[in-house]
Amino acid sequence: MQTTELERIAREIRIRDLQAVFEAGAGHIGGEMSAIDIMAALYFKVLKLWPDQPKHPDRDRFVLSKGHTACALYVTLAKRGFLPEEEISTFLKPHSRLNGHPNCNKVPGVETNTGPLGHGLPVAVGMAKAAKLTGASYHTYVLTGDGEMQEGSNWEAISSAAQFALDNLTLVIDHNRFQQGAALSETNNLAPFRTKLEAFGWEVLEIDGNNMSEVVDALQHRSTGRPCGIVAHTNKGHGISFMQDKVDWHHKVPNAEQYKIAMAELEEAL
Amino acid sequence: MNAVALTPKLHDCRDAFAAVLERLGAENNKVVAVCNDSVGSSKLGGFKSKFPERLVNVGIAEQNMVGVGAGLANGGMLPFVCAASCFLTGRSLEQVKADIAYSNANVKLVGISSGMAYGELGPTHHSIEDFAWMRVLPNLPVIAPCDSIETTAAVEWAAQYDGPVFLRLSRVGVPDLLPVGHKFELGKANLLRDGDAVTLIANGTLTHRMMKAADILAAKGIEARVLNMASVRPIDVEAVIKAATETGAILTAEEHSTFGGLGSAIAEVVVAEAPVSMKILGVPGIFAPTGSAEFLLDEFGMAPAAVAEAATALIARKKTGA
Repeated sequence: MQTTELERIAREIRIRDLQAVFEAGAGHIGGEMSAIDIMAALYFKVLKLWPDQPKHPDRDRFVLSKGHTACALYVTLAKRGFLPEEEISTFLKPHSRLNGHPNCNKVPGVETNTGPLGHGLPVAVGMAKAAKLTGASYHTYVLTGDGEMQEGSNWEAISSAAQFALDNLTLVIDHNRFQQGAALSETNNLAPFRTKLEAFGWEVLEIDGNNMSEVVDALQHRSTGRPCGIVAHTNKGHGISFMQDKVDWHHKVPNAEQYKIAMAELEEAL
Repeated sequence: MNAVALTPKLHDCRDAFAAVLERLGAENNKVVAVCNDSVGSSKLGGFKSKFPERLVNVGIAEQNMVGVGAGLANGGMLPFVCAASCFLTGRSLEQVKADIAYSNANVKLVGISSGMAYGELGPTHHSIEDFAWMRVLPNLPVIAPCDSIETTAAVEWAAQYDGPVFLRLSRVGVPDLLPVGHKFELGKANLLRDGDAVTLIANGTLTHRMMKAADILAAKGIEARVLNMASVRPIDVEAVIKAATETGAILTAEEHSTFGGLGSAIAEVVVAEAPVSMKILGVPGIFAPTGSAEFLLDEFGMAPAAVAEAATALIARKKTGA
């Protein structure tokens, strides 16, 4: 698939995500917009998968560790054929399987339940280690937020991934520079991530995480004998001008007027 | 007087666990042991020497250990995640909740040296909250075998059960109580001794103490029923109701806080289905002092003679309706 086509898909995912969050009256739109290019690249270009066989043993694994951006994952999975696209309208509704954080026992394509931060990377290490033990060829990807890297469990996992020489594991850090309450730099600034990951023995790529060709190239990169970390520099609220780099849009919901403006901007870019 | 004439041989249930795990490891190359630098205390040395590549030691990092276990299961392995129960359940509680129980991952959590096995090391190392923490989690059977035979049976059962399991093992020596070849059944208590005056219910290291207490009571002409209830979740509702209706009083004992453990699980059934007088023995909601596990069990009123006394008082309450 061509880069321009992937970019179009990413915009369509943004539009459906915006609509779902607006209609549900809740969501985490800022971190969804920053991460959608990465998810679009994974599901429409990079991952080896079978939407009609979501548990196929050879599938590549993707773990959305920043589980609060589940809506973007649901939209992506629906667009890729894992669930009916019309089901997105049930997001956050009573008894919908599409709750605010993904449930692997209900939603096809979800690998493990996330929501509390710092869980996805250890689980991804286990997935990659299992492939090493069985000789399976699948690759494991995990997407974390940058604020999420403040959770100590991630660093336990980073250390063991290097110890186990998991070159079948790729960690993508959605480095949008903002967490729920403030900028990362004003809270507990772990940036720069490159030097820290390198100190643990990882290979590190640094990219513009909202540039599709850079995203695809980095996701397709394979390290040898060590895990790969991608520091994806992104913009919180990417694609919607008034949301961009504004901490309030971590989980704020647009009003009717803002929704109209945001939708117009996204559609214009189509 | 009431002392057992021949001292029975005591077994460390970790040995039974290790032997089964090594056998399972030989039969199934998907069996993998995950630990937190606890190769020695989890008795994984034999497994490690036989299947070095299938011993995944993540180091002293319990949250990562449980997450890695969930990931290994996702990748088709059959992980037994082994660590001191206080750390496995306490340090990793949210991982057990989200990655294992809520995700319904096929991971066997093995809490070693549970209860007050590390009695001398103090309350940081006592694991007397683990029943409470684990049994509130949906999808997660909670099992505390009473002897080496039940340990073998429970580990074999866990390996073929498709879903998460928490096995709570001790290192404190216990005599064998169940018959050789015993098969473990989830949610089923074992009737070790029948009686109609009172029912004594326990699991783990307490079951054999209940049997001794029943001997003491029998010498006084009181016939106590003894149930071994390894399965704390699901609890054997039928056996509890039967005990309540047929014996009219239930005494429980556990190497755990009296808050939220086996006694609480039984009380939940009793109050709803068949209200009778109960006595719950355990650590009474405090940080326990220093001492060996055996010392502490005695200290908290779980020596066989003290249990017999408590049972006698309970029977008196039953009669007066107090």
